[in-house]
Amino acid sequence: MPGKLKAKIVAGRHLPVMDRASELTDAFVEVKFGNITFKTDVYPKSLNPQWNSEWFKFEVDDEDLQDEPLQITVLDHDTYSANDAIGKVYIDIDPLLCSEAASVISGWFPIYDTIHGIRGEINVLIKVELFNDLNRFRQSSCGVKFFCTTSIPRYYRAAMVHGFVEELVVNEDPEYQWIDRIRTPRASNEARQRLISLMSGELQRKIGLKVLEMGGNAVVGYLQCFDLEGESGLVVRAIGTACTLDKITSGGAPATAIANATTHMHPSTAPASNACNSPSKDGKESPLAHGCRSTHNSPVHSACSAQRLSQNFSVSVPTLIFSGMGSGGSAGKEAGPLKTLLRQQTQTALEQREFPFFTLTSFPPAFLLHVGGVVSARSVKLLDRIHNPDEPETRDAWWEEIRQEIKSHAKALGCHAVVGYSESTSICEEVCILSASGTAAILNPRYMREGCLDVASMDHRFEEPSPSNCGFCHIPYDEFNMPFPAQLTYCYLCRRQKVPDVLFTTIDLPSDAAVTGKGCLIQARLCRLKKRAQGEVNATAISNLLPFMEYELHTQLMNKLKLRSMNALFGLHIQISVGENMLLGLASATGVYLTALPTPGGIQIAGKTPGDMSNEHHMLTIQKRINDTIAKNKELYQITPPELTEEVVGSPIPEPRPRNRLFRSHSESSDELSELDLSHGKKDAFVLEIDDTDAVEDIHSLLTDAPPPTGFHSCNTEVMPGIYNWTSGIQMFTSVRVLRLSNANLTNQGLNKIFTDLCENLLKSLYFKLRSMIPCCICHLNFTVAVPEEELIQVAVTAVAMTFDKDQTQEKLADRPITKGCSETEEQLQFPLELCVDCPSASTQPPSKTSGTVSLLTPAAKLCQNQLVIVQTEGVPISSAVSSRDRCSTWLELLRLKAHTIRRGSVKTMSSLERSSPLTESRSRSLRSNRCSFGGSSVTVVKMTPLSFLPGTRVVKYLGIINMFFIRETTSLREEGGVSGFLHSFVAEVFAMVRAHVAALGGNAVVSYSMKECVLMENPNKNQAQCLINVSGDAVICVRELDQEPASSATSLGQACTSGMEGST
Amino acid sequence: MAVELDVFVGNTTIMDEEVYQLWLDGYTVNDAVKVRMEGGALDECEANADVLLSDTMDQYRTFQMCERLLHSPSKLANQLLFQIPPHRQAMLIERYYDFDDAFVREVLGKKLSKGTKKDLDDISAKTGVTLKSCRRQFDNFKRVFKVVEELKGPLVENIRQHFLLSDKLGRDYAAIVFFANNRFETGKRKLQYLTFQDFAYCAGQLIDHWTVGAVDNMVEDMDVDLDKEFLQELKELKILISDKDLLDQHKSLVCTALRGKTKAFPEMEANFKNLSRGLVNIAAKLTNTKDVRDFFIDLVEKFIEPCRSDRWTAADTRLYLTHYSNSAHILDTFKHQVVWDRYMGVIKSCIFKMYHD
Repeated sequence: MPGKLKAKIVAGRHLPVMDRASELTDAFVEVKFGNITFKTDVYPKSLNPQWNSEWFKFEVDDEDLQDEPLQITVLDHDTYSANDAIGKVYIDIDPLLCSEAASVISGWFPIYDTIHGIRGEINVLIKVELFNDLNRFRQSSCGVKFFCTTSIPRYYRAAMVHGFVEELVVNEDPEYQWIDRIRTPRASNEARQRLISLMSGELQRKIGLKVLEMGGNAVVGYLQCFDLEGESGLVVRAIGTACTLDKITSGGAPATAIANATTHMHPSTAPASNACNSPSKDGKESPLAHGCRSTHNSPVHSACSAQRLSQNFSVSVPTLIFSGMGSGGSAGKEAGPLKTLLRQQTQTALEQREFPFFTLTSFPPAFLLHVGGVVSARSVKLLDRIHNPDEPETRDAWWEEIRQEIKSHAKALGCHAVVGYSESTSICEEVCILSASGTAAILNPRYMREGCLDVASMDHRFEEPSPSNCGFCHIPYDEFNMPFPAQLTYCYLCRRQKVPDVLFTTIDLPSDAAVTGKGCLIQARLCRLKKRAQGEVNATAISNLLPFMEYELHTQLMNKLKLRSMNALFGLHIQISVGENMLLGLASATGVYLTALPTPGGIQIAGKTPGDMSNEHHMLTIQKRINDTIAKNKELYQITPPELTEEVVGSPIPEPRPRNRLFRSHSESSDELSELDLSHGKKDAFVLEIDDTDAVEDIHSLLTDAPPPTGFHSCNTEVMPGIYNWTSGIQMFTSVRVLRLSNANLTNQGLNKIFTDLCENLLKSLYFKLRSMIPCCICHLNFTVAVPEEELIQVAVTAVAMTFDKDQTQEKLADRPITKGCSETEEQLQFPLELCVDCPSASTQPPSKTSGTVSLLTPAAKLCQNQLVIVQTEGVPISSAVSSRDRCSTWLELLRLKAHTIRRGSVKTMSSLERSSPLTESRSRSLRSNRCSFGGSSVTVVKMTPLSFLPGTRVVKYLGIINMFFIRETTSLREEGGVSGFLHSFVAEVFAMVRAHVAALGGNAVVSYSMKECVLMENPNKNQAQCLINVSGDAVICVRELDQEPASSATSLGQACTSGMEGST
Repeated sequence: MAVELDVFVGNTTIMDEEVYQLWLDGYTVNDAVKVRMEGGALDECEANADVLLSDTMDQYRTFQMCERLLHSPSKLANQLLFQIPPHRQAMLIERYYDFDDAFVREVLGKKLSKGTKKDLDDISAKTGVTLKSCRRQFDNFKRVFKVVEELKGPLVENIRQHFLLSDKLGRDYAAIVFFANNRFETGKRKLQYLTFQDFAYCAGQLIDHWTVGAVDNMVEDMDVDLDKEFLQELKELKILISDKDLLDQHKSLVCTALRGKTKAFPEMEANFKNLSRGLVNIAAKLTNTKDVRDFFIDLVEKFIEPCRSDRWTAADTRLYLTHYSNSAHILDTFKHQVVWDRYMGVIKSCIFKMYHD
């Protein structure tokens, strides 16, 4: 019996009227966990019932605690007929299982009904008592921390980075079960919500087990996705990076803290071999230029139809490497990957699972040595019903295959690791495109091989002492045996190592990278029509189209990059979405000018038919427009590379620069590959050939991309290169647009235009909406495209607008890492607050203060973690556990109070001192209501952001992961204001529910928030619509970073709590 | 190529005050877009008509979703659906409950019933306020009326607490409720020159001095119903005009005090008996509900009009009424001083306020 879950139903408010006659409601509540259900009394005739129930206690396995959500149903009692359900609340209790996260869940939750939306609110109190189970064979993984954040969370340091963890679970989709024909839509929706909640709980537990197996204690960059495969089932899969995280406690200099942050990595995850020996690939494959490699698998045409597509079958498919403009591969090509895979399979399961992949996108300094370029792989699969949910091998094998592909691409780029790794799917009927992408990189080998090293000595042994931090730009591959044609130059910063002319990556810009000017969002958009088809024919058609799409997107990106006079892309995300009769491709990235890389040449227009005079004139005008745009953009983004000015100013198409010439001879392969390469790498000035109207259109579309209006910046990475001094104004938003294509006879060109306009108009609307925030930057601007139905294009975007100080007092680039470091040192000020979950070994604190209390606090702190340690090592009487847990909630109150006081601008410590005296349960509750009253309103403001931080604040506590899935359905679409009205209120409701959960955990913000899924299905004729939304993020407590951080208040709080603990121990 | 769906949802709900006003004023989305375009919205942020349309639709939807909450403003503060900063909440409520003087003037004193609601399109046509806006304002009146009807305590305070309104707006609503409850006639042609603010002021005076609440502040409807006992007592004032001696005595006292102080003195002297009869008769009849309704029209007919036709200035009226009410104290046979003061205090203030073109 490893855990006891306790729940108390306090009150309800704003309930809907369930009895028309009295205009009142006789409400009661069912609390269900697993198979156990409790009920409250009926509170008659009230819309604001006060149940104040007893504590409902569930004694359950911790395995169940991890998997199951607590299910609270509010009903209207009816004497004569069946009770009517008002709505439900699902509460994920996972945050309570982790010692360092929340200790109590308490607050108002919206009561949600899948048909009616939010119907009132309910106040609930939940606690968990956990007993440590030392069974080695346990199935639970309580205590493993999960973070959506794709960097090392702010006040932790990574003692170990173990590497990639992945898992997937499959099940039948209740929506497609036979029973769905006879049950109500509500019942079906609820079954689905519950199942997905269960599945993600199970998934998280299984991932947690893997992490424990690897010896870690946390998953960072946790990315969980749903594949709604329709008839064939439901897949929930997740990837992440296993780490051992320590709280930053040492008072050492920030430099060592940072350096320590990456100490060592699990050796087995990182094949240290640096050699570029990808078998069978080098010669025949010619992947995309400039560091993009990608492959496409398609299912076999020859596969015998009776058989399911198993691993072997899909592998034997010709691998359409992006090469000779897409003609199918020969038999020789297949052999390589297949063999590799087979060899892999013979290895033990453990080794097979381990890929040197990292889902992180930003790293502590010195972690990343070199970046090779983007690696990606796609594979087209035919879905088949999942016959046995307990054996999700097929899906596992699919992903395994893709990951192998990625791994070998990385190898070909001379890299041993992939960072910024992510996976995604696009499903249409029975066809599924699996995609994975990341950035090939070399991580510091010393970190990997020797484990924990003496940090100070190591700094000197770096390959590049690079004061300018240009190391990551240097090529990781062999200059004379380049995997793709590229122009190499000596690094413009250190002048010692080679750098490519252009760099594409999926990661965030390293904080210490030198950048000239500002960055901007760059998008490539593409539509391709395809014939309607079924089964394998369809899959083959799609896989034939993919390489072309990828190539064109790449070309567009490259052109737009040049047009902005930039030389690197960060946060590159290419999404390809499949529909019945078209494919949509959208690539987003943030373009920057890396100081270390050479200045890009301009774009030159060339005609195929030079004789035509009118054409020539036309081309001249276009050329002029392009040149003007480039000049304008340089000004706009303040790109003025000092040492090259004389070369750049004036003609954007300079004479070939001699330096580049020099190296061209080295790139031997470039000549052989010229016909595949469309001259990307061959000339200084980028040449666009106009041979038909299509090309003209392309150039026009290139030029129609409007820059953001004055006062706005946009990027899809965490922060905007070249912008500092963020102020605290933030606005997170979700915007969705769906376009219906009225004309059935569209050409690719027409479609492209429509799609581009859709994206551009959406951006314009965003700028207009947010105009009151100027000057501001829209960060993490990531679009998701989908083709929900034939002739519908859906674009969804979630991003955050952040204001910044107009006065950009140029912080020097070199200062930036220091500011980051600062935030870490300041963290230590917060340390006394964290005593209850931390081992106080702080040297920042005056020793006189700590010395006396440490010994007292340490054991108590253990207990505060909400875990009852049965095997007591520190000899603290178990009886004190309960009281200390209560204290823990008091702690939380204190934190909240503190956050609150700080938010309100006045730092008063006296009041909190009073409040921190040992409290009984009731006292702490009254305290909570105190808090409510002095805010004027009982609703805590919860900020949300897709970034890992909130400007002007710092995270003082991570409370756990938020991962929620909602379904909303309506049969009165018109009455709800059409699809727009329906989705508008649903998204608002989802936000509200996320905020409520965070507030109940004691938090005041969500970081790394993302909307993973937004599937909308409509049938206006039937007046119906259904929508599924999946969101995730990290719940945190943030405090405002004041100039004068109330260190005194922190210590006094610490003291107060100390006295509190002394009082009761 | 139709945009099938277009939605923008912010974690903090974005609301444009200008668009909110257009929505409140009952503009359709297309009209609102036109107004915004004329207002120069296109110059901001390189917007175009589509952007403006999309933004307006979005905001309208948000307002519609908020409307339910605005019906009971206290909910707005602790609802979870929209995260709106407190000062924005206050703005939303205040603007939602704000009304057009032209509109309120039309319905003031009318029963807030379905019948009146049916006439709204006429009112809309007459006042130029859109029907949608008329409906909102009418429903607001009705809603406030219904809520405070059943509450104890001071009217203005109740309204302010339940609807979180500013003091000014709270008082205005109190006036509207008071008028609707007592069904004062305000629509007659002779009363057309009076503004809503004139009536609101008078209502404030009546509430403060003539209602039950003026003497006892813990009864239901204390500020809505006139004090019945007081109305009964007013009958006693009739002696001032029925007793010939008293009337003459009163007149001479007033005339002595006024002589030489104003050009209008001759008219005052000549009209004294008439005017006094008018005012006292109004007092004596107030026990009849019908006559209560005609209170304002009576004031105008019996007092304001005669004075105006004699070209009294506002100062003249003030002077006259002051001496008229004060002199009654010197009449030794007149025993109803307290009732007289309670009556005349309000009459004076009302007439001062109403005495204009």
